Amino acid sequence: MYDFFHNTDTGIVLLTFIEALALLVPLLIGVAYLTYAERKVLAAMQLRKGPNVVGPFGLAQPFADALKMLMKETIIPSGSNRLLFLMGPMLTFMLAMLAWAVIPVNDGWAIADINVGILYLFAISSLGVYGIIIAGWASNSKYAFLGALRSAAQMVSYEVSMGFVLVTVLLCVGSLNLTAIVKAQQTVWFCLPLFPMFVVFFISTLAETNRSPFDLPEGESEIVAGFFVEYSSMSFALFFLGEYANMILMSALTTILFLGGWLAPFNMEPFTWIPGVVWFVLKICVVLFFFLWTRATFPRYRYDQLMRLGWKVFLPLSLVWLVLTAGVLMAFGWLPNA
Amino acid sequence: MITAILFYLFAAILLGSAAMVVGSRNPVHSVLFLILAFFNAAALFLIAGAEFLAMILVIVYVGAVAVLFLFVVMMLDVDFEDLRKGVQRYWIAGATVGAVLFAELAAVLGGWKLAPSAGQLRMSPVPSGVSNTVALGRILYTDYVFLFQTAGLILMVAMIGAIVLTLRDRKTSRHQNIRTQTERSVSETLQMMSLSIGAGTTASGGYLRPKEPEPEPADAHGGHGHDDHGGHGHGHH
Repeated sequence: MYDFFHNTDTGIVLLTFIEALALLVPLLIGVAYLTYAERKVLAAMQLRKGPNVVGPFGLAQPFADALKMLMKETIIPSGSNRLLFLMGPMLTFMLAMLAWAVIPVNDGWAIADINVGILYLFAISSLGVYGIIIAGWASNSKYAFLGALRSAAQMVSYEVSMGFVLVTVLLCVGSLNLTAIVKAQQTVWFCLPLFPMFVVFFISTLAETNRSPFDLPEGESEIVAGFFVEYSSMSFALFFLGEYANMILMSALTTILFLGGWLAPFNMEPFTWIPGVVWFVLKICVVLFFFLWTRATFPRYRYDQLMRLGWKVFLPLSLVWLVLTAGVLMAFGWLPNA
Repeated sequence: MITAILFYLFAAILLGSAAMVVGSRNPVHSVLFLILAFFNAAALFLIAGAEFLAMILVIVYVGAVAVLFLFVVMMLDVDFEDLRKGVQRYWIAGATVGAVLFAELAAVLGGWKLAPSAGQLRMSPVPSGVSNTVALGRILYTDYVFLFQTAGLILMVAMIGAIVLTLRDRKTSRHQNIRTQTERSVSETLQMMSLSIGAGTTASGGYLRPKEPEPEPADAHGGHGHDDHGGHGHGHH
């Protein structure tokens, strides 16, 4: 059995397929329950009840919503570019799934434990903007187009400072491999020594996933729903799923880079009994809660404020911190020798 | 075997999409084909074992440069009829430039000589024992550090030049001073007053609201001035 899965071509392909399924199915269920959690958390913060009708505690609500979406008619606007119009949401969804190939959920539990894992993640997340631009352009609607333009500018701007944050972490690790990044945090999680970068990174992920308070691409008060204003039924659902999967992905990335991945908070007895994957999921849930909390708390940024924050605050800050980190590592001889 | 199939697949898509970049009528489609071409080039890098280059190609070209391309091309208002007219007018000049370029390329290709050691290098693109990224870093920051830094400097000069050329401080444009805004405190903007009910309303005849037409004039004095809408009185300051 082991021989078949690891040493024959068919076996390796089959094993990869099974692994992908074992990761993506829980992920999609997670996405479904993230929408439920979002509604419940927002409701609790606004002194409402939230969904509580479908199933016990409203737990079947996400599936009722999914069924509703499936039953609806897909409307393709007559002036749109048909092929690209349908490609946009598919691209968004596919990219959100694709990135999970390199995420290590436990020691050695990554589908592809590649050397340049962090670069792969960065590349995939920077491609996310295409789904939105293509959707906005193909819709042939001014609101959709405005939303797409905003989104493109926003994601390109925040990627820059995110890149510097990544480089700062990589300096402390000495490797681009995600497993190595987690293992480098055995003694101390990077969120403590690199706390300012942790904050910058978290806020940048909010902007990168188009979440409140940076949800200008869909700003419903000015441009209706932004880039997906023309979408309905499954094509809309794919955008929705993609956005939430991206949220989970970014939380996973934050966990890996700053919160010690699958590592227990303290490397001692009662904490190490719990398997690493549980710690990983718990940490992701905490970060996701911050996403929801932010949404319930802050009003939307104005566009110029968003750009100012990205280019004039985060970029210099992360740049200075990068130089500082490199200097400290060099001065104290802490540079990891890879 | 699988590698060979993948290579020919990616190479075929790369060439096909590169041809479509030039051939497609819609400029947005051209940019999208360009992105496809970048992708397949990255895949070819991966097959060659140059994983770092592959990722950087995707991040820099697909993630940043092509986004800006797409941005600009989408904003262009292109009239395809005009474009076709232009082709008919300028095809002689275009063909001449193309022919000269082709001749030059052919000349270069004709005089191409492979270094004797290149064949062996091709078989082992990565030095054994270190990963791709480390190998690249060692070469770039030791033997070629001067060239590397010069390239960076040139790029920075280009960037500063672009900013200098386009940045105009218009006197009419208004700027938001975030600092003064955030440093504003409650005490300097808001003044809390405590007023007796109905104070300062003499201008409107002792009433907080415009006098309503009443059917019975005898009832008017007692009721309106002292009801719980007294807060409106602040407006008179």
